[in-house]
Amino acid sequence: MAKDNKLIEQIVNRYDGDVGMLIPMMQDLQAECGYLPADHLRSLAKRIKLPLSRLYAVATFYASFRLLPKGAHEVTLCVGTVCYLKGAGKISEAICREFRVEPGGTTRDRLFTFQAVNCMGACAVAPVMLVDGKYYESVTPTSAVEILHGLYPDEDTVEKETEA
Amino acid sequence: MTEHGNKQLISREDLERVREKLLEQRNSSTKSVCVCIGPGCAARGSNRLYELFCEAVEQSGVKAEVKAKGVGCHGLCEYGPIVLVQPGDIFYQRVEEPDVPEIFRETILGGRVVERLLYQDPVTGKKARSPNDIPFYKAQERIALAYNGLIDPTSIEDYIAAGGYTALPKALTTMSPEDIIAEVERAGLRGRGGGGFPTARKWRSCRKAEHFPKYVICNGDEGDPGAFMDRAIMEGNPHAVIEGLIIGAYAIGSSQGYIYVRNEYPLSVERLKVAIEQAREWGLLGEVILGNSFSFDIRINRGGGAFVCGESTALMASLEGRPGEPRAKYIHTVESGLRGKPTNLNNVETWANIPAIINRGGEWFASIGTERSKGTKVFSLVGKVVNTGLVEVPMGITLRQVINEIGGGIRDGKRFKAVQTGGPSGGCIPSEHLDARVDFDELTKLGSMMGSGGMIVMDEDTCMIRVAKYFTDFLQKESCGKCTPCREGLAQMLHILERIAKGEGEVGDVEKLEELAGLLEGTALCALGKTAANPVISTIRYFRDEYDAHILDRRCPAKECRGLFRYEIDPDACKGCGICLKNCPADAITGENKVPHVIDQEKCTLCGTCWDKCPFTAVLKV
Repeated sequence: MAKDNKLIEQIVNRYDGDVGMLIPMMQDLQAECGYLPADHLRSLAKRIKLPLSRLYAVATFYASFRLLPKGAHEVTLCVGTVCYLKGAGKISEAICREFRVEPGGTTRDRLFTFQAVNCMGACAVAPVMLVDGKYYESVTPTSAVEILHGLYPDEDTVEKETEA
Repeated sequence: MTEHGNKQLISREDLERVREKLLEQRNSSTKSVCVCIGPGCAARGSNRLYELFCEAVEQSGVKAEVKAKGVGCHGLCEYGPIVLVQPGDIFYQRVEEPDVPEIFRETILGGRVVERLLYQDPVTGKKARSPNDIPFYKAQERIALAYNGLIDPTSIEDYIAAGGYTALPKALTTMSPEDIIAEVERAGLRGRGGGGFPTARKWRSCRKAEHFPKYVICNGDEGDPGAFMDRAIMEGNPHAVIEGLIIGAYAIGSSQGYIYVRNEYPLSVERLKVAIEQAREWGLLGEVILGNSFSFDIRINRGGGAFVCGESTALMASLEGRPGEPRAKYIHTVESGLRGKPTNLNNVETWANIPAIINRGGEWFASIGTERSKGTKVFSLVGKVVNTGLVEVPMGITLRQVINEIGGGIRDGKRFKAVQTGGPSGGCIPSEHLDARVDFDELTKLGSMMGSGGMIVMDEDTCMIRVAKYFTDFLQKESCGKCTPCREGLAQMLHILERIAKGEGEVGDVEKLEELAGLLEGTALCALGKTAANPVISTIRYFRDEYDAHILDRRCPAKECRGLFRYEIDPDACKGCGICLKNCPADAITGENKVPHVIDQEKCTLCGTCWDKCPFTAVLKV
């Protein structure tokens, strides 16, 4: 707990305790922990003297904040206009079906957190998928599922055939 | 005097001396290889190419004569990764890792051109050596993107050597704040974020506002799907944005600036951070800038992933650490904005235009464009065109020129159907209006808008109901929920559109949509809500027949809406190979080997697998 308090202290000091910098503080917290743990939010609220409800209002308003831990890998699929026109909807469906995951959710085995975002600004090479910071261009339902199967540490865990 | 230890520039003369020195060091015999590491090229592995060029330079020991640079977006993303070799402006496209040694040996060391990697015109088959020989670049006029792809965005020296930070000393030492605003007014610059509000008028109101402190904000929350102009500028030439902001802050009387960048653009944040740090080191940000009593600094804030934060009052709420909900604007933000203080907010591209206007004069800028829309506009040209990428064109160019001359026409020989401009709140413009000129007022007249500059081209295979549904769904999800018309109205409109797309539309649905749209336009709180019905209204206006086909005939003319068309096998084209039969998950296809197959319409689930798989395109949508 002492370590956690130190973390909060560090983050708050980074912004001179300025309440206006609440969003950057929460972003930093999320960068450290991978998500926003309830205990940390409580200490942060106390430290900068804001009601906890205000922190939750911010955390639930902005799409980039997570209240639950994320998977080992981060998968972001662009479903912006251009990617959508070029079939991103089908890619999302294929991923959801294959890995039993919902957009915004994490696979049961915590392999990856799947996020569908509106536009990553790489429209020229749509549809685009981002896996742990690496861009994959012109993906198809088949290639996307294949790429994600590649995230398993061992090949023998990939027993399912990627479907057509 | 300049002390080289801390690089602080204390006067205009200092800056000029440094520039001269830099130019001396980089005389024309220095060669450089510029690898585009913009989003499009990076997705195709250009970062690795850049590393390989760096290694090649390192190993060959020609470090003094050759410089490898990772540069911002060149624009022609379709042909990425792009590598530009100087001198000679030699433009290589679709460069792959094995090409690196050849380019290095032949072009950089040997001065010869590698023909194989040059751009080839798809129509004439002619090879182009430099960007100026390529039609994509020929019709463009670059101001905001002028240095993109030429300078290393992480190097302030590169920017200065290219002529950057000349406008700032000029403004600070020879012009009064009023002079600057007058110059911007002469230029006729209008806000590039979409609204098109005259920039000078905004600056003047903010300057006149009586409260202190005053803030300036750069809006880099480029939320429109299909748009990446601001990203390219922030990542390709961040110093231009910073220089524009400093000049604006001086004109307005502000000492604190903010750049609000979208959460999805981590590289933009990185580049801007580096650039701000450099500007501070060189004394271009901070206290007493270039010997003038003016002080100014910039802070970067990352967005949280909310589209509505592109709206100015919502963005300011977000900067105050609150949920990004807009407020009614009967009191303008130039009087009471961030923390209740006078605040001037402009878009990235607007700020990036300022240095050029100060340097070359408002009259020069105003000589480009149309009567009421001056200068150039950057568009991200995407969708079903041949050359996708980033283009900067003079205002007044026709949509046809942009799509056909620069974009190279429609992909795969298909027919043009519509071009969507203005982001999700924009509208679809059909082929009969292709000769419309790119101009704030003309696009609005057509039921669309300039917006921040997304230009999405759609072909005959795109169903306009689905387009309207897509944007309505997007806006409905992004609605902040503060005002009822936007929160509830959009949900109802989406519900009706979904029904129509499923073939369950009713007579009168279109009228209901129009009624809801009118209500939304008249009563929503912010610009997001007021314009949210544009996609629906513009598609009804130009593609009413498609709505009718869905509702009355239960048929989707573009054959995109599942259930509103069938799959059939063309017996003449079918070779009876059995691929579709093997892949059909519903066992709906029958047929003997080498005999044309047949789809059982009763069993078919319309999944489209046969259509995807057929190597002879014998499966048809009817």
